[in-house]
Amino acid sequence: MLLLTCPCCGVSAEETEFAPGGEAHLRRFGPGSSDREFESYMFQRKNPRGVHFERWRHAYGCGKWFLAARCTTTLEVFATYPAQTPEPSAELIAKIREKRPDWEGTQ
Amino acid sequence: MSENAISALPGAVSEGFVRVTEAGPCGMITLRGEMARLAFALAPLGLDIPGTRAVTQAGDKVLAWMSPDELLLMLPYDEAPGTARALQDALRGDFATIANVSDARAVFTLHGAHARDVLAKLCPVDFGMLAQGQIRRTRAGQVAAAIWVSGEDEMRVICFRSVAQYMFDLLTIAALPGSEPALYS
Amino acid sequence: MSHRLASGGRLIDRTSPLSITFNGKRLTGFKGDTLAATLLAQDQMLVGRSFKYHRPRGIVASGAEEPNALVGLGTGNRFEPNQRSTTTELFEGLRAQSQNHWPSLEYDFLALNDLVPQVLTAGFYYKTFLWPRAFWKHVYEPIIRRSAGLGNAPDADSRDSDRYEQIHAFADVLVIGGGIAGLQAALAAAEAGARVAVWEQTAHWGGRAPVDGVEIDSAKAEDWIRNTVERLEKMANVHMRLRCMGAGVYDHGYVLGYERVSDHAPGADAPRHRLWRMRAGRIITATGAIERPLSFAGNDLPGVMLASAMRDYLVNFAVAPGHEIVVVTNNDDAYRTAIALRRAGLGVAAVVDARAEVTGALPQAARAAGIRILTGSGIRKVKGGKRVKGVEICEIDSRGVAVTHRLDCDAVAMSGGWSPVVHLWSHCGGKLIWDEAGHFFRPDPERPPLASDGRGNLRACGAANGVTGAVLSDAHDAGLKAAQDSGASAKPGPAASDQVAAEAPMEPVWMMPRNAEYDLRSKMWLDFQNDVKVSDVQLAAREGFQSVEHTKRYTTLGMATDQGKLSNINGLAVLSDALGQPIPATGTTTFRPPYTPISMGAIAGGAVGAVFQPLRRTPMHDWHAANGADWEPVGQWRRPYAYLRPGESRIQAVNREVRNVREAAGLLDASTLGKILVAGPDAARFMDMLYTNMMSSLKPGRCRYGLMCNENGFLMDDGVVARLDETTFLVHTTSGGAEHVHGWMEDWLQCEWWDWQVHTVNLTEQYAQVAVAGPQARRLLERLGGMDLAREALPFMEWREGMLGGFDARVFRISFSGELSFEIAVPAGQGRALWDRLLEAGADLGVMPYGTEALHILRAEKGFIMIGDETDGTAIPQDLGLDWAISKKKADFLGKRGMQREAMQDPERWKLVGLETLDGSVLPHGALAVLAGRNANKQTRTEGRVTSTYFSANLGRGIAMGLVARGPERMGEVLRFAGPKGRMIEARIVDAVLIDKDGERQNV
Repeated sequence: MLLLTCPCCGVSAEETEFAPGGEAHLRRFGPGSSDREFESYMFQRKNPRGVHFERWRHAYGCGKWFLAARCTTTLEVFATYPAQTPEPSAELIAKIREKRPDWEGTQ
Repeated sequence: MSENAISALPGAVSEGFVRVTEAGPCGMITLRGEMARLAFALAPLGLDIPGTRAVTQAGDKVLAWMSPDELLLMLPYDEAPGTARALQDALRGDFATIANVSDARAVFTLHGAHARDVLAKLCPVDFGMLAQGQIRRTRAGQVAAAIWVSGEDEMRVICFRSVAQYMFDLLTIAALPGSEPALYS
Repeated sequence: MSHRLASGGRLIDRTSPLSITFNGKRLTGFKGDTLAATLLAQDQMLVGRSFKYHRPRGIVASGAEEPNALVGLGTGNRFEPNQRSTTTELFEGLRAQSQNHWPSLEYDFLALNDLVPQVLTAGFYYKTFLWPRAFWKHVYEPIIRRSAGLGNAPDADSRDSDRYEQIHAFADVLVIGGGIAGLQAALAAAEAGARVAVWEQTAHWGGRAPVDGVEIDSAKAEDWIRNTVERLEKMANVHMRLRCMGAGVYDHGYVLGYERVSDHAPGADAPRHRLWRMRAGRIITATGAIERPLSFAGNDLPGVMLASAMRDYLVNFAVAPGHEIVVVTNNDDAYRTAIALRRAGLGVAAVVDARAEVTGALPQAARAAGIRILTGSGIRKVKGGKRVKGVEICEIDSRGVAVTHRLDCDAVAMSGGWSPVVHLWSHCGGKLIWDEAGHFFRPDPERPPLASDGRGNLRACGAANGVTGAVLSDAHDAGLKAAQDSGASAKPGPAASDQVAAEAPMEPVWMMPRNAEYDLRSKMWLDFQNDVKVSDVQLAAREGFQSVEHTKRYTTLGMATDQGKLSNINGLAVLSDALGQPIPATGTTTFRPPYTPISMGAIAGGAVGAVFQPLRRTPMHDWHAANGADWEPVGQWRRPYAYLRPGESRIQAVNREVRNVREAAGLLDASTLGKILVAGPDAARFMDMLYTNMMSSLKPGRCRYGLMCNENGFLMDDGVVARLDETTFLVHTTSGGAEHVHGWMEDWLQCEWWDWQVHTVNLTEQYAQVAVAGPQARRLLERLGGMDLAREALPFMEWREGMLGGFDARVFRISFSGELSFEIAVPAGQGRALWDRLLEAGADLGVMPYGTEALHILRAEKGFIMIGDETDGTAIPQDLGLDWAISKKKADFLGKRGMQREAMQDPERWKLVGLETLDGSVLPHGALAVLAGRNANKQTRTEGRVTSTYFSANLGRGIAMGLVARGPERMGEVLRFAGPKGRMIEARIVDAVLIDKDGERQNV
């Protein structure tokens, strides 16, 4: 059972206080988008062995959504950061690269 | 107070190694908005804005930090509607939301030196780190709860009104004599 | 004969005798005994039967690793099977029953299995019970169930009468194991300043050091243990628990501890078990080591024990396993047992040592004590039936044909070396390495389990770390480093100094003798409980099983309740030998939690009975309960399905309520409806995104019904929106949907449109809400007084706020029944009083409450949809004829793009219609409209299904709605619906609105 730190209220708490929300940094495609774009938005999800960016909500705490960068194999949590972040920061990418030199990046 | 108003479990008390009491009608107002603007509206009440996960107090009013853009003002039940209106007036034109939530909640008071031991059975929280003046939102059993140390050997638990009986039962069972875990003392 | 010695026994109190029964036989033990010690003290060598062959089984071990001595404990509501007698503390009145025999322990009919053991070899079940197929259910399975299996399940009628609980705890450093290594590690960590918890699974601190004669700081280990425990108990940053087993290590330092609070005092006013849900920064396993058996023919006979266990019984409980004992070993440690036996005045027939040269300090001491040592030898065979009568000795490197010695004895102590307890280290990914010197797997410190920050969070110390000899400096080091890892920086005192006799290297012996013939190999037990022998593992290897995991499942090696604690390494070694590869190449099976079985009660914790799950109650709940409510669960709410009057059936009650709403007036407790405030400068813009219809055009004071879809375009929730002012909306959701819709709103506001100025507040529980519906509704409310509710003052689909009969009310003129209807919201605290007042004021108007079934029927009569009935997560609003509620003006709303997909435009989609059976009967719920022929999957073709179906008391016949292919285009057509037992029911497609199509009843 994971231990996560909510960046909004600063609490480090066990997984039962949080609700998972799937992959982070998705781009919404609405009316006017192509079928392919809409499909990528609705259905195409990464499921990597290794570095993953995901959404969590501190459901039993402050109620805020936040994002986490996490390794799906070792469960190491590289960082948690505000949901209002369109893409992982350069600093976070550098931190992950330092720990996972052969990580292929966000694409 | 409207003569018709009652709390969720009027008069409920249980005596275990900690005494559990339903606190009766409690006034509560949710304030959402930027802290600086809320501070302006709350200043006349003599209340300072609490820091993250903290609680401030002025007389019979308690102000608790709930999230980065949310505060909970606790005050006598009868004062809640009027205070809510006054706050709303003070914040008119601001992006801020005031809601009287007094009736949406139930409050329980735990009296006794081992209140933390009771709560440790229900919440995934390190109560050794919860000092007076701090509030922690978490779950108790399977429902949401907000907990703070309200005084010497006294803690308070807020939950939603509909689960008041569940919360009272949880607390009563956790405080049954003979089940003292002697974890926090 | 095993027996109690006249003196000694460090853990027993001879002044406190306790009376117990075993299979109804009265036995006496002492306070401090384990059940196993008491049984042995009274010569109860035979304690059970094995799983497959029903062979006689005796006590082998003295702790959690015991495979044989499992019993059923207690009776009735306190009966529990498969309890280890070696870890069962004695109490007055204990009742134990042996297991797995029929008809009795002494005479077991199924022991016949043992006469033809070739039959039950590895993979027996897989090979034998395949054919004929029909035999499985009626012949094989019943026989297997009768003959195999361990203890009996408790009576179906019994209910566990104990209580259980869980507790959350936190520590910088959690030390698992309260032997001398654990205590030293805890002391170092605590003195360094860390917050420390220490768990010990037994009732005593100190582990086996006192039994092994360890000296610490030049004094008896017991003195140091006592002093250290006292010191630790006085420290404010240390929390100590006895009878608390580290059951499992999970992600990010989450550890479960299984505390047996009152197993030793049943009926005490305390929980029986407490499950500790510990979150530790760093974990130290000081879990010691377990002695390995040796594999020789007849090693499973009662009276053959681990050498260390024999020493435990002797020193701790003053129990001797026999009068004349043979010790068989491949290492020096077993000599401690020989010496202890001799000191206790017992006969030691010989120490049979596999090693050719035996010159260590302990063997020399044994020699000096006059004990005979047979070197380069092994046991060829143990003689005896239900107990040991003697042994035959042979040369260790032989095939075991020639007997070199015959020794009479009544017990055998065996020692095949020691294996560190690596279970907890391994549970969450810690890796092992093979220790070439010690011949065991030990934790690889380079590959520990990880904390959330990616650093190792577990250290093993002492024997659990593969340390032989002195352990305290290793433990001190582990404690200090764990404390420093968690930020502690004080300097602890030095490690204590433990002195133990030096030991010569052990010599691995995986089979005794090394080249044993089949006759002998087929009587060498690896797994005592599951009856897996050396020959079974060898057979598996010959049949091509190479993976240790496959071999385990094929042979059942290590699958019994002891999970291979004794058999694991011996089995791996035999398999490796058969495969011709070194042991590390074979590897181990996976260690999974829990370390030993834990009770289901502890797993359930307190979540039983009234608090099994939260039950949400409205402010009027108690009134409903007192007035015949037949409850229906709606999410975690309980809502009255109908209110049954005395003598009334459920159906009669529903019909009465349905008629009454259309004829007089009904009250519905609608408090469970979701009520969410949406406020802010961008609230209208946000509402236009949430709903398919236009909400920004709604005027303050007005209400509008709206639909919410997910991004697939599928209908998710519906309800009435009230605009409170220019920047504030009150959203009503379905009863089950409030939390989800609120979460959905927050998700969009926080994660997508975070620059929009909108707040949401979930006010669901702030208000009690009562629907007053029926022709008499206005008259009733006017009797309360205070608000003008006339048609002109409060038109349909508007709301007003005011004092209604002294209540702070918001009155919505909305209708889900098609009748004149008002919904009155008051603060929840006033809800019960309002309800009472309405009933009182309306008594002469025929006002009565109605439940959810009447609500459903009334809306179905009007053709209104219900989320969850007409929707199933794949219906778009257009399927339900709700095109009118989809704005064409809005460029975007949630679900708009999803609805534009090709499949959503398909004219063949099933669409909502009314259904009327030709014979007036009620269609079965969910019934499918069938067509002739089969589809590509050879299933009957279908063209629709029933989504709602009821008996309408107002219309006097069955009414239904359903989704039908091109339904609205096919008015008047008759469909065939499949009913129960192949019956076909014909129903005509009709308009779904069956009552008051023009809406005149609600608009008065």
